[in-house]
Amino acid sequence: MDKQFQPVTGGNKSMLLKSPAAACCGPAQKIDDSIFRQDFVTGTFINEQVTFPVAATLLTRKDRWNHVKARTGSFRNNFTVVPGLYAVGNPSSNSDVFVSANYGMSFNYLREALHGMNAWILVLDTKGINVWCAAGKGTFGTAEVVNRIRLSGVEKVVKHRKIIVPQLGAPGVDAAEVQKQTGFRVMYGPVLAKDIKAYVAAGYKATGEMRIIKFGVIDRLVLTPMEINPAMKKYPQFALAVLVIFGLTPEGIIFKNAFYDGMPFLLGGLFAVLTGAFMTPMLLPFVPFRSFALKGLLTGLAVFVPLSFSMADVFQYSELTQLAFVLLFTAFTSYFAVQFTGATTFTHLSGVKKELKYALPIYIVTAVLSAFLILYDRVGGMI
Amino acid sequence: MKYLQNSTLKFFPEKCTGCGRCTEVCPHAVFEMSDKKAVMKHKDKCMECGACAKNCAFGAISVNSGVGCAAAVITGMLRGTEPVCGCDSSSGCC
Ligand code: SF4
Ligand code: SF4
Repeated sequence: MDKQFQPVTGGNKSMLLKSPAAACCGPAQKIDDSIFRQDFVTGTFINEQVTFPVAATLLTRKDRWNHVKARTGSFRNNFTVVPGLYAVGNPSSNSDVFVSANYGMSFNYLREALHGMNAWILVLDTKGINVWCAAGKGTFGTAEVVNRIRLSGVEKVVKHRKIIVPQLGAPGVDAAEVQKQTGFRVMYGPVLAKDIKAYVAAGYKATGEMRIIKFGVIDRLVLTPMEINPAMKKYPQFALAVLVIFGLTPEGIIFKNAFYDGMPFLLGGLFAVLTGAFMTPMLLPFVPFRSFALKGLLTGLAVFVPLSFSMADVFQYSELTQLAFVLLFTAFTSYFAVQFTGATTFTHLSGVKKELKYALPIYIVTAVLSAFLILYDRVGGMI
Repeated sequence: MKYLQNSTLKFFPEKCTGCGRCTEVCPHAVFEMSDKKAVMKHKDKCMECGACAKNCAFGAISVNSGVGCAAAVITGMLRGTEPVCGCDSSSGCC
């Protein structure tokens, strides 16, 4: 792997060994050197005869491109950082220790936020999952914090006994238990890494604002690709089903006309993904109801009722097929809208369970019913 | 934005020592401090993340926590298990 050296920030040049290779073979520490061979490592830092990688605090274009790729799902699952302790700037035994997940994006936002500071970053092994998700699963959790404090050597590197854990990691971390087992006091930093400087400047106090997860239009926008992508993966199966249904004749399946006749449904599937996985999330605060299934129902009706009339016009559909069109795609939209609960920052499990208890059977019945309506309309007429 | 009101969050004021941890960890400011005790001010904003209950060392808070992820709930319903979060698959979970 080729290695990029980035400009070293801060006044730590004298402390750096430029070659990571020189660092790996010291007798003081036996680690495999993969931690030093990461793109963002600008050099090494020696403290108490132990060598630590120095993390750059300026993100490169490649880093930002990686974020785009991770957001759109093309490389979400191997965007990882080697767990361990990293230096930022020129840290001392009094410098703060910030804890992060080993998901590339979580780590990158943190090191960027620490630009110009001298600090330590303790990267936990969260299996490449971001702080919030990993905390929910418990991989960003008490056991791993304790384990990483012991493995990383941070106990020897700093004199103080406190670590700053991102607030969004709190669902997995029992602060009292960490302190009991390691002596380190857990302080919860702000929700967003970009507020860290203000948090530190205020004497490790986050304002009420900094403690709240917001869910603005940009937050929603960047999450939609991860809703649209998985939905589109199922599209070929859906398209095949449409073609089979529209190709069905008393003489067997004839695909010749299926493509033309089924066209509105093929397009409808795409519209449903856009309406449910993009439009509904974007309009979320403006669509009435707290329930996502109902929100999706509304946007679905708003889009597919008018659309069904123009489709019926152009493709000479009967009322039955038109009804099937509205039913099917409104159900799809509602389904995709409920899926978005996984991405929001204010829905909860009990609510999603309650919604799905009613909605899932309705979705299934609606899909089957729509298929019957179309079949009855087409084949029934022919027999 | 608020979600359905059936959050399982429960607060037992008699156990609260007023340490303030819950106000530090809650991402929706559900708890507030008043008179050296926590008050459950905005239960309807709770997202059942579990941070408060996990960090309250005095057992003054309980909640059934879990990520409100539909894909997980559906997989769970179909398999007849608890919600299974497929964060490592391609699903857009979390
Ligand atoms: S964390 Fe528990 S003990 Fe502390 S203020 Fe909140 S409810 Fe009270
Ligand atoms: S479960 Fe999470 S959202 Fe609900 S009150 Fe506790 S910390 Fe706040």
